[in-house]
Amino acid sequence: MKYLDEYRDADGARQYAREIARVTTRPWNIMEVCGGQTHSILKFGLDQLLPEGVTLIHGPGCPVCVTPLELIDQALEIAARPNTIFCSFGDMLRVPGSAADLLSVKAASGDVRIVYSPLDAVKIAAENPASEVVFFAVGFETTAPATAMSVYQAARKGLGNFSILVSHVLVPPAMEALLSSPQCRVQGFLAAGHVCAVMGCAEYEPIAAKYHVPIVVTGFEPLDILQGVFMCVSQLEEGRAEVENQYARAVRQTGNQPAQELIRQVFTVVPRKWRGVGEIPQSGLGLRDAYAGFDAAKKFGLSRHTVEEPADCLSGLVLQGRIKPPECPAYGKRCTPEHPLGATMVSSEGACAAYYRYRGLAAVKAACETQ
Amino acid sequence: MADSLEFTGACPIPIQQYPRILLAHGGGGKLMHQLVEKMFLKGFGHPSPRAQHDSAVLTMPAGRLAFTTDSYVVQPLIFPGGDIGSMSVFGTVNDLAMSGARALHLSAGFILEEGLPMETLWRIVCSMRAAADRCGVQIVTGDTKVVDKGRGDGLFINTAGIGVLEHPLLISPDSVRAGDAILVSGDLGRHGIAIMSVREGLGFEATLQSDSAPVAAPILEMLAAGIEIHCLRDLTRGGLASTLNEIAQAASLRLCLEDQLIPVRDDVHAACEMLGLDPLLVACEGRFAAFVAPRDAARALAILQRSQAGAARIGEVAAEMPAVVALQTALGPSRILEMPSGEQLPRIC
Repeated sequence: MKYLDEYRDADGARQYAREIARVTTRPWNIMEVCGGQTHSILKFGLDQLLPEGVTLIHGPGCPVCVTPLELIDQALEIAARPNTIFCSFGDMLRVPGSAADLLSVKAASGDVRIVYSPLDAVKIAAENPASEVVFFAVGFETTAPATAMSVYQAARKGLGNFSILVSHVLVPPAMEALLSSPQCRVQGFLAAGHVCAVMGCAEYEPIAAKYHVPIVVTGFEPLDILQGVFMCVSQLEEGRAEVENQYARAVRQTGNQPAQELIRQVFTVVPRKWRGVGEIPQSGLGLRDAYAGFDAAKKFGLSRHTVEEPADCLSGLVLQGRIKPPECPAYGKRCTPEHPLGATMVSSEGACAAYYRYRGLAAVKAACETQ
Repeated sequence: MADSLEFTGACPIPIQQYPRILLAHGGGGKLMHQLVEKMFLKGFGHPSPRAQHDSAVLTMPAGRLAFTTDSYVVQPLIFPGGDIGSMSVFGTVNDLAMSGARALHLSAGFILEEGLPMETLWRIVCSMRAAADRCGVQIVTGDTKVVDKGRGDGLFINTAGIGVLEHPLLISPDSVRAGDAILVSGDLGRHGIAIMSVREGLGFEATLQSDSAPVAAPILEMLAAGIEIHCLRDLTRGGLASTLNEIAQAASLRLCLEDQLIPVRDDVHAACEMLGLDPLLVACEGRFAAFVAPRDAARALAILQRSQAGAARIGEVAAEMPAVVALQTALGPSRILEMPSGEQLPRIC
């Protein structure tokens, strides 16, 4: 397939693997930020192509995984309301809240619908003026422009029955939070290509300088990731800490400026709690006062309780890259995709789900052997 | 025959009278009688004038019989490349074919939702008849129920089928042996993606056609050619991944596939990439996997490819444990092909 097969070429992959081995003189820990990259790594076995010592640490870039339990409970509360149509991206439906998930609410007569774009939810709101239509606005900077557009259009059309439950999060503050932790093992980053396609590369410059880490904006296909690793290892070996762009076919230095403008117009930066990590200052997007009427949390007067995570779920450590999924005692035993304890096992982009799906229980054995 | 029954808009129940199904069409009175008489008996063509009885009386050939049932629910009822009617005939005939049986007779049970357009029902009945003629089977008995509006999804169909086994083989996961070749009968995932693209209004530029089709002919041909078939399984819900995991577990053997050999069309692949789905987990309606003795693999593949160009040999059965499906990726490393945990959900970004 054009634009895909050429980035999955076996000869090219082997060539990059050889080049990485050639420039590597000592062990390095590199974090791929995005869950989409984690899945590619596991799906194509890219970690098995790397030289011993170059370790990929899986980052927090899975929007489903980092959405706090409280917010999922709020979504369940709204979805169960009568006369309400609750719209969500597909992979949020199986994420467990503290008592249920959206699929169960749907089964118990809640009107829960999968949409592919927030604009579909706006359309549903226009077609169902007698119902409240709520969109579960989850995601990083990648999906924020589409959410912003939905609010902007709903405002222009005067759709008083449309609102969003906002859980948008931002990547750079999370990287800073990881880097400032004393347990941080990360020496270089593969930044999330699609986030940068929207936001550009400039906001990573201060992080690279302050923490002296190389940051390579990287795509999602096997050759993208291997080239990203090669660029990152090369910087580490040479003692450089720069922002480089591997994903130049999609990412411009300045990003997508109309999209950024739309985000600024509708959203303001707010503190946000990340599941398994805790509250990170200035790490989320909330609606500006001018659009407060579209804020579902305010509109429905939702409870703001705090919920504890299951004690035997170590997804927080997984999300911070401090352990690999098979090192969690619950992995594959008490925690499987059918009965997940935490979101990293549910989401199609979660690191635990990726290990379970592509390596299964064999991963536990391998993890034990390497310890 | 089939041609004369193609949908022409000439629904045998006068539209001006009842353009839609009423609850009374399932009430046992005149309306129900009219529906059975003019819609189903006319459409399916009853074998004897006295067929309108509680059960069909059949004369069966001697030997082993295969018997199966399946229920069909799909939205939309009519989709690119097929409809619920033809699917309900092909599906059950295909299920019989998976034990190497030649299908003889089908039953058809209809659960109609009040308000279903009479013309839609007629179109689907005609499609079932054409499908049955194509497969050489007769629909010999049936049933109709009507449920309140909002209590059904337009139309549900259940079909059961009886077929005869004209070969001595035990076609089952128990017969799978280390060394067996694993073949698939055509390109994968088209039905699921075709349905999803119309149902979700995804608006892809080109319309994908479902792969819904009967698959008995190449199976009977393989049997007639003396090919040692060990196991057959159709690749419906859960796609290739579910089916092969079931067989690996039932046979307690490891299945080894090569990713590059698995046939997936570019348009299906592109749609899956866009939606974050794995084509190996997407449903087909006219595809199956065949496990055959290695010495017969080339001949079996030739027969399958004459029937469907995309057929391919995708791997083999290994002796080692654990009983999983291992997939060698294009780049070299292997991974497991997991049984999907539920319906695939399109991802966020």
